[in-house]
Amino acid sequence: MKQLLVFIKKEFFHILRDPRSMLILLGMPVVQVILFGFAITNEIKNANIAILDNSKDEQTQKIINKIAGSTYFNIERSLVTNEQIDEAFKTGKIKLAIIFQPNFQNELTHTNSASVQLIADASDPNNATTLINYASSIILDYQNSLMGPNKLPYTINTEVKMLYNPELKGIYSSVPGVMALILMLISAMMTSIAIVKEKETGTMEILLVSPIKPWLIVISKAVPYFILSFINVTSILLLAVYVLGMPIEGSIILLFVMCVLYIFCSLALGLFISTSVSTQQAAMMVSLIGLMLPIMMLSGYMFPIANMPWILQMLSNVLPAKWYIIIVKQVMIKGLGFSGIWKETLVLLGMTALLILLSIKRFKIRLK
Amino acid sequence: MRTILFLLRKEFLQISRNKSILPIIFVMPIFQLIILPFAANYEMKNISLSIVDMDHSLTSQRFINKITSSKYFLLKEAPNNYNAALKSLENDEADLIIEIPRGFETDLIKENEIKMMVTANAINGQTSGLSVSYANSIIKDFNNEIRVQWIQNPRLNPRPMINITSSNWFNPLMNYKYFMVPGVMAILVTLVGFILSSLNIVREKEAGTIEQLNVTPIKRYQFILAKLIPFWILGLFVLSIGLLISFLLYGIVPEGNILIVYAFAAIYLIALLGLGLIASSNSDTQQQAMFIAYFFMSTAILLGGLFASIDNMPRWAQYITYINPVSYFIDVLRMVILKGSSLYDLRNHFMVITAFALVLNAVAIIGYRKTT
Amino acid sequence: MNLQETVIKTEELTKRFGDFTAVNKISFEVKKGEIFGFLGANGAGKTTAMKMLIGISKPTSGKARVAGYDVYKETEKIKKNIGYMSQKFSLYEDLTVKENIVLYAGIYGLSSKLINEKCDELINRLGLKNEQNVLVGSLPLGWKQKLSFSIAIVHKPQIVFLDEPTGGVDPVTRRQFWDLIYEAAYNGITVFVTTHYMDEAEYCNRVSIMVDGVIEALDTPANLKKTFNASSMDEVFLKLARKAKRSDN
Repeated sequence: MKQLLVFIKKEFFHILRDPRSMLILLGMPVVQVILFGFAITNEIKNANIAILDNSKDEQTQKIINKIAGSTYFNIERSLVTNEQIDEAFKTGKIKLAIIFQPNFQNELTHTNSASVQLIADASDPNNATTLINYASSIILDYQNSLMGPNKLPYTINTEVKMLYNPELKGIYSSVPGVMALILMLISAMMTSIAIVKEKETGTMEILLVSPIKPWLIVISKAVPYFILSFINVTSILLLAVYVLGMPIEGSIILLFVMCVLYIFCSLALGLFISTSVSTQQAAMMVSLIGLMLPIMMLSGYMFPIANMPWILQMLSNVLPAKWYIIIVKQVMIKGLGFSGIWKETLVLLGMTALLILLSIKRFKIRLK
Repeated sequence: MRTILFLLRKEFLQISRNKSILPIIFVMPIFQLIILPFAANYEMKNISLSIVDMDHSLTSQRFINKITSSKYFLLKEAPNNYNAALKSLENDEADLIIEIPRGFETDLIKENEIKMMVTANAINGQTSGLSVSYANSIIKDFNNEIRVQWIQNPRLNPRPMINITSSNWFNPLMNYKYFMVPGVMAILVTLVGFILSSLNIVREKEAGTIEQLNVTPIKRYQFILAKLIPFWILGLFVLSIGLLISFLLYGIVPEGNILIVYAFAAIYLIALLGLGLIASSNSDTQQQAMFIAYFFMSTAILLGGLFASIDNMPRWAQYITYINPVSYFIDVLRMVILKGSSLYDLRNHFMVITAFALVLNAVAIIGYRKTT
Repeated sequence: MNLQETVIKTEELTKRFGDFTAVNKISFEVKKGEIFGFLGANGAGKTTAMKMLIGISKPTSGKARVAGYDVYKETEKIKKNIGYMSQKFSLYEDLTVKENIVLYAGIYGLSSKLINEKCDELINRLGLKNEQNVLVGSLPLGWKQKLSFSIAIVHKPQIVFLDEPTGGVDPVTRRQFWDLIYEAAYNGITVFVTTHYMDEAEYCNRVSIMVDGVIEALDTPANLKKTFNASSMDEVFLKLARKAKRSDN
């Protein structure tokens, strides 16, 4: 036991003496959470648009004022000719152009019908759809206001309830993802690199020859990263709750227990990687290409799994991160108890056990 | 000059023998370009719908028919009560609940007004927002349909109606992949250009060969050029692979002049490589270099406008994007490929990236010390 | 051979890192064609001193001239005229024997014709004909050493600096290595070698012994043994090292 502590201390020194890596390991999650929390949002705000008013009358001006007053839009420029529309789009200055027909007010007053054309830059299709929707609803609002107190007959109104995340904050789906990614990065990649480094420099052999049991060596390598991961989980959660205003609806203890489980799974994965490669560089590459990228793309970190083609959904099941993200969302955001996550927990346990078994097998083979 | 040739020869020999680099250059682009556009699909379809029909009238049935026939929604279930539907939402079996209240049809006729409840799982703000938006537009559509039908006497329309027509330019099919693929290509080129170059110098440091080179009469700019050029070539190569794959796999043909893309990429890579060299010179181990590279890159990509429009970002984040070369590259790729923007249209982008390239490389060269 | 010409001259050369003085006012001279042994225990300051002489470390104070050039202002000129073999041998492990030779020869500005000649000459001299296209990483340690030394003098520099060149090989290989050094010295190249193997001191024309950053002794091996009443250089060193505060003792 004392020997174990000695080794763990040694590993800590290794880490602490590399302040740059430490800084990034502890700082990166913070930065990511803040970015996701404050910068990355799909809520439309101040979208740059252009107006081409061929009529320039009182009504069009009223509509334009209404649009200018909305937080969704920012009138970047007023156009004079149709040709300018193309250029405005091509220089990337605007995402939407609103064009009023000539004699707008006249037509509207006398024939009760006038037209407005909306042109969206559909390079980003969803953005385009949303912009058109918002612009349309502002214009329609104005139209309704013209009709005065008379209401349209047979109106169906909708009452919308957004559960779990009423303000549609982006962080709700991203905080679990950031946790999954960072923990995997620290626990899997760093641990595997640490173990492989000893292999590379030859000091592993020295350790193996000593009276220390091999599995103690492995544990000593894993413990510091476990602690680092734990610190990261805590800091991410603190940030999310106190700075970003995200609630923890469910049991905090359950949440932490699940985080610990995931950390174990990642450590086991790191162990497995270390038994499969012989250079640090290879460990890094495997972690990057085999872990980071798939997690970023397929685990639900950024993109909803439900939208993916069947094959990718199947693939995503292999990633521990995917299951962990589900667990965190269920517990943290929906407030579910263990009954809501027992399936996913089982999967993670299974993966951890499998990885440890495989690693032990490989390790023994190497020793021979 | 000759010295540079000798150094270049060494660099290429080393790269060709480096088993870890090659998969990055070949495997990763293909991997990313194939998977990412499919994974990053924000096209809304098959939204899982749970409808609670408390009215069971002709009208409610009509509505259910309408919404389930839409390509956006998939009817998952039609439970008897709201609580059952809520359970499904909890289990992620349903994304959206629409409740049609009892007396829907009769109340609509009598009171002229009725309310429908739409409940969404809003954990993913973006998709839930869009789902609700689509549901609302179908409901409005439905509303108009029955309104037109029920109003027996179509009098001369006394109400002023503003006709709104909309058109989608540059991507009329609203293909989300057209949006993602150029962005993914930008990431690829950035990965190759930045990460590989960052590791490069550090590797020599770790092996000790850099000390040997510092004792030779090699000039700083020769050393740095020899480090830049191979990855510059590799970066452009990866770009070409990317363009080829996007053509073969997605049928994406650039609207504008592809040479503009190459010209920008060439300058972009120079800037990126300079940055990589700075990171590399300041790291002592490969691990450190990797981390620094990964950190900057993931931040730059997140802020690059790939996953969320830069317009939506708060002011302070937008300022950061002004100094983020990645966002310029993503922009240029999208604009040339989808909109056919010209060199003149993009003159700002070119000026900025050239400034980056000059400054970063100057810093790299000046900062590199053969004597400490 | 002009034995009078001084190729290295230092005057109170000093290097400080913060509070720590690694090299403390050392002054000495090396003559052309000498094999000069720069001895001392681990941590005595030998490598730090050498780094200043080869122009990759700036001295804190004092003066030094190498191959006629100043170590503060003319480092690039120094580098043109010297060769260097670092402790790690600094060959590219992922390049072949031939590729390493060609690379360094090219860097030092040898013409293509000369490079080819040198290549053949070196490969034959070292007996690496069958291994010329083998990656250096797979060569045994002794061959790497010899190759590294040969490459260090491929451009016939005035002085060649060797930093602990014979670490980790058997005595026979070490002996063979020193044969190469003799050959170089015979051909007019001054050899400045640091080592902590005291028996190698016997092979040098003169040696200096550094203790705690200061040169405590500088003379021919024979004279030193007389002065310190020792029968071997080992003994000389032990007598000096006993006074040391900075070392593994």
